[in-house]
Amino acid sequence: MERLISKLALVSALGLGISITSPALAQTHAVTNGRVVTNTSAGIIENGTVLIRDGNIVAVGSNVTIPAEATVLDADGGWITPGVFAPYAQLGLIEVALEQSTSDAGANDSDYSVALDVSDSFNPAGTHIPSSRIEGITRAAIYPSTGWNLFAGQGGLANTSGDSDSFFESGSFVYADLSQSGASRSGGSRSAAWAYLEAAFNDARSYPGRFSSDHQGDALNRYDAAALVPVVRGQIPLIMNLDRAADIRRALQFRRDNAPMQMIIQGGAEAWMVADEIAAANVPVLIDPIRNLPSSFDAIASTLSSPQRLHEAGVTVAYTTESADGYFNARLLPQHAGNAVAHGVPWDDAFRAITLTPAEIYGVGDRYGALATGYAGDVVVWDGDPLEVMSGALAVFIDGTPQDMESRQTRLMDRYRNITDETPIAYRR
Amino acid sequence: MPSFECHQLTKNFADRKGNETTMTSRFWKFTFALATAGSLAACGDSGSGSGNNASGSSGGDDITIVRHDTDPYPSTYTPMPSGVTFINGANIFDGAGNLIEDGDILVENGRVSAIGQNLDAPEGAVIIEATGRYVTPGLIDIHSHLGVYPSPGVGAHSDGNEATQPVTAEVWAEHSVWPHDPGFEAALAGGVTTMQILPGSANLFGGRGVTLRNVSGRTVQEMKFPGAPYTLKMACGENPSRVYGGRGQSPATDMGNMAGYRAAWQRASDYRDDWDQYWADAEAGEDVSAPTRDLELDTLMGVLNGEILVQMHCYRGDQMAQIMDMSQEFGYQVTAFHHGVEAYKIPDLLAENGACAAVWADWGGFKMEAYDSIRENLALTHAGGACAMIHSDSDSGIQRLNQEVAKALSDGIRAGLDISQAEAWSWVSSSPAQALGIADETGSLEVGKRADIVLWSANPYSVYARADQVWIDGALSYDRNDESMQPVRDFMLGQPGEGDQ
Repeated sequence: MERLISKLALVSALGLGISITSPALAQTHAVTNGRVVTNTSAGIIENGTVLIRDGNIVAVGSNVTIPAEATVLDADGGWITPGVFAPYAQLGLIEVALEQSTSDAGANDSDYSVALDVSDSFNPAGTHIPSSRIEGITRAAIYPSTGWNLFAGQGGLANTSGDSDSFFESGSFVYADLSQSGASRSGGSRSAAWAYLEAAFNDARSYPGRFSSDHQGDALNRYDAAALVPVVRGQIPLIMNLDRAADIRRALQFRRDNAPMQMIIQGGAEAWMVADEIAAANVPVLIDPIRNLPSSFDAIASTLSSPQRLHEAGVTVAYTTESADGYFNARLLPQHAGNAVAHGVPWDDAFRAITLTPAEIYGVGDRYGALATGYAGDVVVWDGDPLEVMSGALAVFIDGTPQDMESRQTRLMDRYRNITDETPIAYRR
Repeated sequence: MPSFECHQLTKNFADRKGNETTMTSRFWKFTFALATAGSLAACGDSGSGSGNNASGSSGGDDITIVRHDTDPYPSTYTPMPSGVTFINGANIFDGAGNLIEDGDILVENGRVSAIGQNLDAPEGAVIIEATGRYVTPGLIDIHSHLGVYPSPGVGAHSDGNEATQPVTAEVWAEHSVWPHDPGFEAALAGGVTTMQILPGSANLFGGRGVTLRNVSGRTVQEMKFPGAPYTLKMACGENPSRVYGGRGQSPATDMGNMAGYRAAWQRASDYRDDWDQYWADAEAGEDVSAPTRDLELDTLMGVLNGEILVQMHCYRGDQMAQIMDMSQEFGYQVTAFHHGVEAYKIPDLLAENGACAAVWADWGGFKMEAYDSIRENLALTHAGGACAMIHSDSDSGIQRLNQEVAKALSDGIRAGLDISQAEAWSWVSSSPAQALGIADETGSLEVGKRADIVLWSANPYSVYARADQVWIDGALSYDRNDESMQPVRDFMLGQPGEGDQ
């Protein structure tokens, strides 16, 4: 209770003016009086309102009639946006990265690879999920880490509510490493990696026939081959970790040779050098806008201008926090997008690259990433431009439900904010 | 004033201003090179303009007293040519806690010669029209591994950890620095003008750090900050015990770490006593033999004598408290804890001990001792009376330290703390300067200090702000709109993407 009071006092002291009126249990929420970023042809609506009913957005505009039963959240001139959709994250897979016992991201010693499904590893109670949520991250594509071969396994989509059903789509993609590290896992060269990938695709194409009497194919065992079938058939994309321009060209060729497969480039340090070919192939790129050093001989041409060059070439681009991490600091995605703007990307494109574009890349762009009728009620209220480093999220809705704005981190902060408090530390709650 | 503690702990160096030879005499006893009468002249010839080698003999005619070179790898840094520059009408965060709106700065002879409102530009000055833009001191990163873990990160470039035994106070980071690391110019584009390059944290005593100007050079000596004191990297916690415990060696535990530090400090204490006794006897004319020189203990003795500054990697509050007790046990000062993810739990202890905390805005979670990371760490530590500052420990983060300060400040403000943008700029300027013992030279825009200046396109607390121009010692060193003023290190020549930032 003490914490609640201090929070309310703080809110009013800062003039944020967020106040909830009307019955708390209502299923209808109106977020009013804010700068609404719709990510639709409606653009940005000043003094707008977003109305959410039973989990979905039912109205967006400047003249929305607010029903009597609605709980009203006054954004007080702040920004109202779709929740951030992190396209490349490991929320719920890792609690403490260096403690293997707390990490379910990858499996070096498994007999399986493509068959590994991160939805089996995902822990909705992980403490980094609330700390991401309260900073505006509402959805994420969760990817597995590569293990003993170039295939990491199957990734899926989760929201950050922490609810038991928050992993809302599994088997959304397969992740594979075709960069130098993938080459290393395949025996030591790029040639080995591409030979392995070719063999794996042939195994999947001949599934189940060739496995009727033999558990092991040329590259994959029966279970891994089965898991790769939707990729070979073009039903789900293969995310390929690629940085070097030559590797990207090789991958585009592989895709042509293996139609109807679909691919997504992750990494993309030198994608700008191949931008026209990528755009022509309509292949999306997941890239971290702040990655700019020649961190390896795969990424010599890394530059802060990459996002702008890719956008200008017409490539579908979504942003990642690859240079930070995906489990603790996926929450920094708005800052990374802000840096893309600082280096030439129009604001609308950069914001889209962390909201609607990721949703579209994963085939859920009709449900998430925009504020429009029919979209899920994933709404964030910010105290300023969400891409600005000094802005913060004030309120978060996921599927129309207002979210708790506490995390283990905020609890620690509350405990230690008054260091002169004489209550013994473990009794301060 | 949180910076008070920093100032106190570096007060031994505070009178070095403009008088680097004074510092040399202070350093005289603890850094060594065998100095016979014959080597004396050679030492004198290696003069760097700073910290000339102190060696020599005294006492009777027949006695040569063994002393050691204070500065065997001297700075050969020479500022680029500069003229008279007048920055007109900027909003200035001066790094000392002030915002000067519509302020002017006059730079002459590489130094700030005037700062304030309504100054007159002298005839012939290069005038920089800065109306609506922002000016700050050059940024200082107190924790960088540029050069010792350079890009590209290939095996041959892994030069930051001498992880072969837990006590390696004898290694010096400057001997690993590759001056062609492309990370240096990326940091320059982010406004960084001074950096401390540290060894890694695998060892209890990782070795000496070095403070560099962010300038282009063929050698690291050309980058060394003249007169900056040496530092010693130490490390707490999981890293040393993981590295050595994993080999079945000590330290394998936190208690093993403490035992390892203490054993080394005891040896250093004995070593210092031996040398002090030797010098006292020799100066009294007695015929005595010098102790055997030990490069590892030379460094530790420098710490005990208060002249090498301890920069200690430490995450947890309880561990920092034990380290501070140990520093009292052996009579030295921890200048700054680095990473200090739990500094917010002990700001009072840090303040009492005059130890600073150099922290990230929001890193955490990567190991157990980083699990209690909170975003308000820097602001709460600062507000709690301790000397606090930002650091990067990252070739990426160093490029955006202004954004890291902005995040840390905004989280503090959101937690109800009353800290201004002008005050918070000290976190990346005057506070790290103090903790590096160079605050009389840089870290704030005040008359007489080195003209290390960044002109920002907008308020640097905005993600959209870019460094337009950077001056080091009054010389324009980077201009984002002039490719000829954008350095390109050797490695990137002839590579795809050469010259891209």
